[in-house]
Amino acid sequence: MSVTGQHSDLAPLVERGRASFAARARWNVLEVAFWLAALATVFLLPSKHLILTEIAILALFALSLDLILGYAGIVSLGHAAFFGFGAYVAGILAKYGIIKEPVLALLASGIAAAGLGFVTSFLVLRGSDLTRLMVTLGVALVLREIANQLEITGGADGLQGVVMEPVLGHFAFDIFGKTAYVYSLIVLFVLFVIARRIVNSPFGLSLRSVRGNSLRASAIGIHVNGRLVAVYTIAAAYAGVAGALLTQATQFASLSVLDFERSADVMLMLIIGGTGYLYGGMIGAVLFKVVQDYLANVTPQYWHFWLGLMLVMMIMFGRVYGAIIAAAIFGICTILKLGFMHSIIFTVALVLVMGIARPHILPITAKITEHANALQRSVRARFARKGE
Amino acid sequence: MPPVLETKGLDKHFGGIVATDNVSLAVEKGARHALIGPNGAGKTTIINLLTGVLRPTAGTIFLEGRDITNLEPHKRVRLGIARTFQINQLFADLTPLETIGLAVSERMELGRQWWRLTGSKSIVVEESVDILSRFNLADVMSERTGTLPYGKQRLLEIALAIACRPHVLLLDEPAAGVPEAERHGILDAVAALPSDVTVLLIEHDMDIVFSFADRISVLVNGALFVEGAPEEVATDPRVKAVYLGEEAHA
Amino acid sequence: MLTILFDGIAYGMLLFVVACGLAVTLGLMNFVNLAHGAFAMAGGYITVILVNRLGLPFLASLPLAFVLTAAIGVVLERTLYVHVYARTHLEQVLFTIGLVFMSVAAVDYVMGSQQQFVSIPSYLQGQINLFGIGIGRYRLLIIVICGLLTIALQFSLAKTRFGSRLRAAVDDARVARGLGINVNAVFAVTFAVGSGLAGLGGALGAEIIGLDPNFPLKFMIYFLIVVTVGGTSSITGPFIASLVLGIGDVFGKYYVPQFGAFIIYIIMIVVLIWRPQGLFSRAVAK
Repeated sequence: MSVTGQHSDLAPLVERGRASFAARARWNVLEVAFWLAALATVFLLPSKHLILTEIAILALFALSLDLILGYAGIVSLGHAAFFGFGAYVAGILAKYGIIKEPVLALLASGIAAAGLGFVTSFLVLRGSDLTRLMVTLGVALVLREIANQLEITGGADGLQGVVMEPVLGHFAFDIFGKTAYVYSLIVLFVLFVIARRIVNSPFGLSLRSVRGNSLRASAIGIHVNGRLVAVYTIAAAYAGVAGALLTQATQFASLSVLDFERSADVMLMLIIGGTGYLYGGMIGAVLFKVVQDYLANVTPQYWHFWLGLMLVMMIMFGRVYGAIIAAAIFGICTILKLGFMHSIIFTVALVLVMGIARPHILPITAKITEHANALQRSVRARFARKGE
Repeated sequence: MPPVLETKGLDKHFGGIVATDNVSLAVEKGARHALIGPNGAGKTTIINLLTGVLRPTAGTIFLEGRDITNLEPHKRVRLGIARTFQINQLFADLTPLETIGLAVSERMELGRQWWRLTGSKSIVVEESVDILSRFNLADVMSERTGTLPYGKQRLLEIALAIACRPHVLLLDEPAAGVPEAERHGILDAVAALPSDVTVLLIEHDMDIVFSFADRISVLVNGALFVEGAPEEVATDPRVKAVYLGEEAHA
Repeated sequence: MLTILFDGIAYGMLLFVVACGLAVTLGLMNFVNLAHGAFAMAGGYITVILVNRLGLPFLASLPLAFVLTAAIGVVLERTLYVHVYARTHLEQVLFTIGLVFMSVAAVDYVMGSQQQFVSIPSYLQGQINLFGIGIGRYRLLIIVICGLLTIALQFSLAKTRFGSRLRAAVDDARVARGLGINVNAVFAVTFAVGSGLAGLGGALGAEIIGLDPNFPLKFMIYFLIVVTVGGTSSITGPFIASLVLGIGDVFGKYYVPQFGAFIIYIIMIVVLIWRPQGLFSRAVAK
């Protein structure tokens, strides 16, 4: 039985098949709206360009983690290693005048980070998830120590005296951060489009298969380790570019780019936004930064407390309900104008209570989700009927 | 003509346990060879050794005359040996179309191309759809594999191995766990396999074995016990004893 | 040099006492508890409050640190930890990181972010001269206490009924349940004891490794290294790993201060590449 022998019978099915692949790859309305909104912020929110630049950088960083976590299933507690490495390389290139033009320096930093990713990728191939968590954490800590010790990285004070030349020779970095923002946004968009292409390619499909069932993937001829090394290297490059952007935009590289908190924060961003569809990290970055900014105004030193609460609640009750519960607890503390001490006591008590009550709460949230889904379906149906 | 698949003195020890004991097997090209034996005899272990999931403690494996004993699993697939699993090993989040399409692209060496959109190569889509329709899966081609009924998943399991265009196909209990009503779909698919593909089949269901196989090997405690044509094996009193645990009296 | 070796041994044994609870938790329930360092921190701060603020004698505060931290452990285990036992390692990590963030911020606010010092009684200060080697009295105390604890642990694991139930449950929880062992109760007790030991370790360690609100984050990696390098199927594994780590770290920081901190991380990475399941354990099923 050959393909051509039955060609005429199968034509409509082949069309369906091709359409199904194409549908996945096509840009849908929401995506276009997302990027148009991002573009609009350039013009509509001129006073916020500094924080928007941070968001764009974090979005790129989270995107890079999604590539390995969401698509290839590699868990990492040390992804900041590549972010920080790219940040320092970009800083050193600029400070010592090795590569003066920002875009070229960005490329060089990305390539350097890719190199580091390639070399360390072999560490994540073996062992269980726990081993990977440990090893990636270890690599990031080693890097942080190195940055702490070396003179060229400025040690504990960080890399200072970074002066940026104009982008492409024309667009100078201004104090309002407009150049930095447009620059970061363009880099984010370009790298996103490339990532989008990658995940919709046969290579991307093979990554998803490796994540889903690596035993079967290898049983159909996929060289699993080779794919993992490739995606880890690409993700490292993306993270390195994000770090480099941070250095270029802030003209400074501090030791905090290699902190464990960086790796934990970006993981949280992906959890908030969702993994495996590329937009999760970016949405998570927006939400994370907005919430962090708000919290930093309210409790500048202790906002990690609320971040921790959010993590705990999200794991206990799922993404949406966890976030709602955490926000509610915070909201109550704010409305009641509780001092931080009382907030701590109140929150801890509530967390313990929620823990005890969890078996009773979960059925309620499940019911709510069910009703929400049913509502969504009936709304869709009504729109479909209207269209007739 | 040399056998297309051959093992010589294959041994596998797990600490003190002997899972495979000096197995020397030869499978002829185009054969329909069945491997049977009581539970725990080590049949799946042999398949794992043949495909490279396990490394043998001793012995050699030859595929079409090539020594593949130390070759990695994915490389063996490229050389033409593919398998199915006793319990479905599928990609729950992928659709059947994506699953078959993946195997076909990998076979065509497109698997490393990251710049081209899956589905842009029409020959991949055509062949995938062809395979899916041959296994009666065309109607569910765009649904998540995890949501499919078990019988359909089992068909996909076999279709996936076929999509690799193997020269030798190892089927590990293809009808296992399949509800009675859907069994004949599986059996038809197995019977319809191209005649130039060599098939080594592990099965418990004797009806399937005797209707399908032209040669049977019996494995007991990891060692080859009896080998021969179906009629010989069926009437061999030692085989009955091994299965029934006692002398069968007429 | 022998003084440094002695210091290293003290440090190592301290690490062991804190980390053994983590090792058993991981081996028994396959649960990754990154908040284990927070229990050590709790023990440390409890001792600070008892000794510095309430004037209790140092040696008397140690058992209290153990008991109070164990109590916190029981409460947290029954109300919060139970919900994440069946989840993936990543989710457990994120959950416990959340707990760490909360505890670090809370302690920072309540106790201040400066390093805390425990008022050590005068008979524990300074050195004594043993066979011509200067040995710190406090460190000697640590070695004695931790040594006794280790022997007690080994004894209870090997010789008591609870110990054999624990070993059975670590080996194969399903089979243990099938034999009628109440694995959940075993675990609750073990978690409490492990947390209590962590608290005791934190109390003892405040003086030599420092105590501040960032303790859980700073030392988390050390405990994890002990557990992953030492494996989880015995306590000899983590014991030896702790000693190696403690001695290596102290020697490293003394003789090659530039690279002292690296040595441990590199040891860990090398060991994990060579044997992903740890030096002493059998391969874990996951």
